[in-house]
Amino acid sequence: MTSLSPGLILILGALPVPLLRGQARNLYMLALPILALAGVLLLEPGSYWQLSVLGIELEIVRVDRLSTIFGIIFCIAAGLGVLYSLHDRDPVQQVAGLIYAGAAIGAVFAGDLVTLFVFWELTAIASVFLIWARRSERSYRAGMRYLIIQVGSGVLLLAGAIVHFDATGSLAFGELGLGSLGTNLIFLAFGIKCAFPLLHNWLQDAYPEATVSGAVILSSFTTKLAVYSLARGFPGTEILIYIGAAMAAFPIFYAVIENDLRRVLAYSLNNQLGFMVAGVGVGTQLALNGTAAHAFCHIIYKSLLFMSMGAVLHRTGTIKGSELGGLYKSMPWTAGFCIVGAASISAFPLFSGFVSKSLILSAVAEEGYFVPWLILLFASAGVLHKTGIKVPFYAFFAHDSGIRVKEAPRNMLAAMAIAAFLCIGIGVYPAPLYALLPFDLDYHPYTGEHVVTQLQLLLFSALAFTWLMRTGLYPPELRSVNLDSDWVYRRALPRLIQGAARIFKPLEMGLRQAGLRAVYALILRTERHHGPTGILGRTWTTGDTVMWVAILLGVYLILFLL
Amino acid sequence: MISAHLPALQVVVPLIAAPLCVILRRGTWTWALALLVSWASLAISVVLLGQVLDDGPLSYAFGGWEPPWGIEYRVDVLNAYVLLIVSVVGAVVLPFARRSVLEEIPESQHSLFYASFLLCLTGLLGVTITGDAFNLFVFLEISSLSSYVLISLGRDRRALHAAFQYLILGTIGATFIVIGIGMLYMATGTLNMADLAARLPFVDESRTVLVSFAFITVGATLKLALFPLHFWLPNAYAYAPSAVTAFLAATATKVGVYILLRFFFTVYSFDFPLKAITLQGMLMPLSVIAVLVASTVAIFERNVKRMLAYSSVAQIGYMILGLSFMSVTGVTAGILHIFNHALMKGGMFLALGCIVLRLGSVELDQLRGVGRRMPLTMFAFVLGGFGLIGIPLTSGFVSKWYLILGAVEGDHWLIAVAMLFSSLLALIYVWRVVEVAYLQAPPEGAKAEEAPLSMLIPTWVLIGANVYFGIETSLSVGVAQTAAELLLDVGLGTSP
Repeated sequence: MTSLSPGLILILGALPVPLLRGQARNLYMLALPILALAGVLLLEPGSYWQLSVLGIELEIVRVDRLSTIFGIIFCIAAGLGVLYSLHDRDPVQQVAGLIYAGAAIGAVFAGDLVTLFVFWELTAIASVFLIWARRSERSYRAGMRYLIIQVGSGVLLLAGAIVHFDATGSLAFGELGLGSLGTNLIFLAFGIKCAFPLLHNWLQDAYPEATVSGAVILSSFTTKLAVYSLARGFPGTEILIYIGAAMAAFPIFYAVIENDLRRVLAYSLNNQLGFMVAGVGVGTQLALNGTAAHAFCHIIYKSLLFMSMGAVLHRTGTIKGSELGGLYKSMPWTAGFCIVGAASISAFPLFSGFVSKSLILSAVAEEGYFVPWLILLFASAGVLHKTGIKVPFYAFFAHDSGIRVKEAPRNMLAAMAIAAFLCIGIGVYPAPLYALLPFDLDYHPYTGEHVVTQLQLLLFSALAFTWLMRTGLYPPELRSVNLDSDWVYRRALPRLIQGAARIFKPLEMGLRQAGLRAVYALILRTERHHGPTGILGRTWTTGDTVMWVAILLGVYLILFLL
Repeated sequence: MISAHLPALQVVVPLIAAPLCVILRRGTWTWALALLVSWASLAISVVLLGQVLDDGPLSYAFGGWEPPWGIEYRVDVLNAYVLLIVSVVGAVVLPFARRSVLEEIPESQHSLFYASFLLCLTGLLGVTITGDAFNLFVFLEISSLSSYVLISLGRDRRALHAAFQYLILGTIGATFIVIGIGMLYMATGTLNMADLAARLPFVDESRTVLVSFAFITVGATLKLALFPLHFWLPNAYAYAPSAVTAFLAATATKVGVYILLRFFFTVYSFDFPLKAITLQGMLMPLSVIAVLVASTVAIFERNVKRMLAYSSVAQIGYMILGLSFMSVTGVTAGILHIFNHALMKGGMFLALGCIVLRLGSVELDQLRGVGRRMPLTMFAFVLGGFGLIGIPLTSGFVSKWYLILGAVEGDHWLIAVAMLFSSLLALIYVWRVVEVAYLQAPPEGAKAEEAPLSMLIPTWVLIGANVYFGIETSLSVGVAQTAAELLLDVGLGTSP
């Protein structure tokens, strides 16, 4: 029992969900993440459930502290997601969400690359239904782009694993390191899923198109699975520090001008991932601890933010900053929870972001990476700007939009309350979190220096925002669409192909018709011989068959006796 | 005590039960007896395989007459494996047969049906277990004669013609085999296979031996329906009662392959150039043609039972192809595919039996929307179809994997490509059924009617095994590999 992969509890447990009704379904779905969490906590470090398939050794469940902490937070996130989505009566989303979470948990316990690949692809396939569940043309297309990119990442992973296996004879998923073709491919696969700069567009493209609860669930798993995989496979790879710094910095500019508040959150998700990736790149024990801790806290406050924005979308039907405002009057609880999430992401002292982000910053500084450290510091300030203030400000305050709605449904409030409680709890008393980290840690976040530095940063950043608003220099919230590098494949490439098509069309038509004619002719000719009335498909007379027996015997005899 | 006589009991129990069936006369009782006997056979074959794996080959002297004078039953890993396949299929098909036979065969003939079924089982087990060449011919005739009867019991009048054609051709095949055995006797003066193997290398009359080899090859390839000697098979399978089709498709041709293996690698174990010529010059191209041509024919077939029959011809091609590589991997693939194909094709024919029960026909046009009317049955059929295509996580993938491995090992690159191409053909013919069954609306007024559990469970046992052995391969591959090593060790003269 203890060797069962906890992910399977969710994956298999999700299947009977559509058969249940009403309250029974709610209770059942809430029980699953709790069971999975129990499963994770019961697992002793070690490796279980080894299989040998076609001579390849597989290790379905491998447990150590790194996988355990990710397993725990994934179970918590799954629980929050289920609670938040209880009011939906959409079995597609519920089943997909549970399978998706289960696949992510299965992946962090995978001890070999093949198992990882299976769960990797399963996360891609299950999660796309959370986008499609919005059932609009727009979400269908965004989901399709998302699916292609995610499955592509899985294919790269498989290709890398095969090349790696060929070169080293091992499929174990341990420290891989860059250098060979196989590991480079695997790195690229992780990078796509982790939304490295220029590989990131699927995230901002797809998450805002997901359903209300879909976005909450999506924000928790895919990218953090990739962070886990990087931490497992490529710790201490220096290039990751610079990639991480770039990831942390550039989305800020996009987030500032973006109008769709959920897309703002998607950009800031990217920025937060940057911190974790940089932590993996530093690769010291402190840095990896920081990455794991930050992933842990980040999942909670990021889902809290997505939950509060989801509640707004659920009640008002829009999420454009330009159309919202003044909602604190009608949704006071949601506004309060949103501010807790915003304070956590901005790393205010006494909130969870502070205790984890400072680990990474300390690690980067300790190893003497000055420029990345500065960029990360700038990014921290930027977070406050774009998420910490912008999101709650435009949604709940700013100019009153005149929208009057009911407070969010009770299950949403409950999920947000739990998440907010965790944000503050971890911020105030981080010791239990530190005890879970992959390496033993002796670290005190609340030194005078840390607190003062952070507060200075935050205050000046807030000052800047206020000044920009007052002077009218801050970009106003406009109905706009921002260009990002995905323009290349969403617009330029199709244009190019269309242009080429216009030239080649006549030629292509001719070729196609000729090709079709040839295929038809081939099928007809094949049918003439192989069809039910053809010489090879019809019933032969006994005599003809006997003749064949004689012919074959003759051939053998001639062959032998010559 | 009893365990020492297990090899004899394996054959004797069903043999004695067959006349008992005729005496009992009542349909239900005969069925119960047959069921009991088939499960006993299964138990015996499981024990035998366990003993052989632990202690090596068993030899049983019938009536106390020591071999080579008396008849010897000799069980090694290879035939213990084939015994297991035959008895498993028998034990699974019989529970299914009850409802299916009630529907398809007049009540008065039920006791005859079960008697013939048991005789057929006896014959197939006997062919597999015996270590005596002439005894092999006797059992071959028992199994063939009873299968002619079984086929002729089919509802369709064409079953009579199919059975008649099979009778003539099967008799020719058996005759060729007995002529070959006679010549061997002429040359060596013995009929015991092990004894033959020991004497043949020292025989002067090499021409007699060669002619016997030709006769046995042609006879065996006729019995196992290798292209172009397969024309008796599609009609026989298509018009026989459903349970019979499933049983014969999963066992009869497999035993044919076993005969070929036994003669090629045990009896003619010494290394002579003509064996390589036969295998690589004749059987290899014929089996590749069989795979490609029969798969293509299956694509155009309108009757799903016939379609599966042609697919069987193609799959037999895979088995013989594996043997023709003359390497451990190749022969492993061949033996493994005997096992895997028995599971998937048996399961698929059982699923068709369920459809016949409810719809009365398996013409493709009649199957519109059947996926919605009989979801469990149709899903079993589709899983079996995945096996035929060779999709990973089904046993078909494992066989194909070893087959392609064998082809690549022997530098037969073109054949490896042809194998992959044949998977594409299989995909097409399976997809045609899926398309009709799932994507077309059922006819107006059609009700959802799942088959009864007594038929669904046997179907799913075989299909479930097909998936199980696609994931957990240590039993199926392990035994096949041991058998292949055993055969080639002696058969190719790699060790003296």
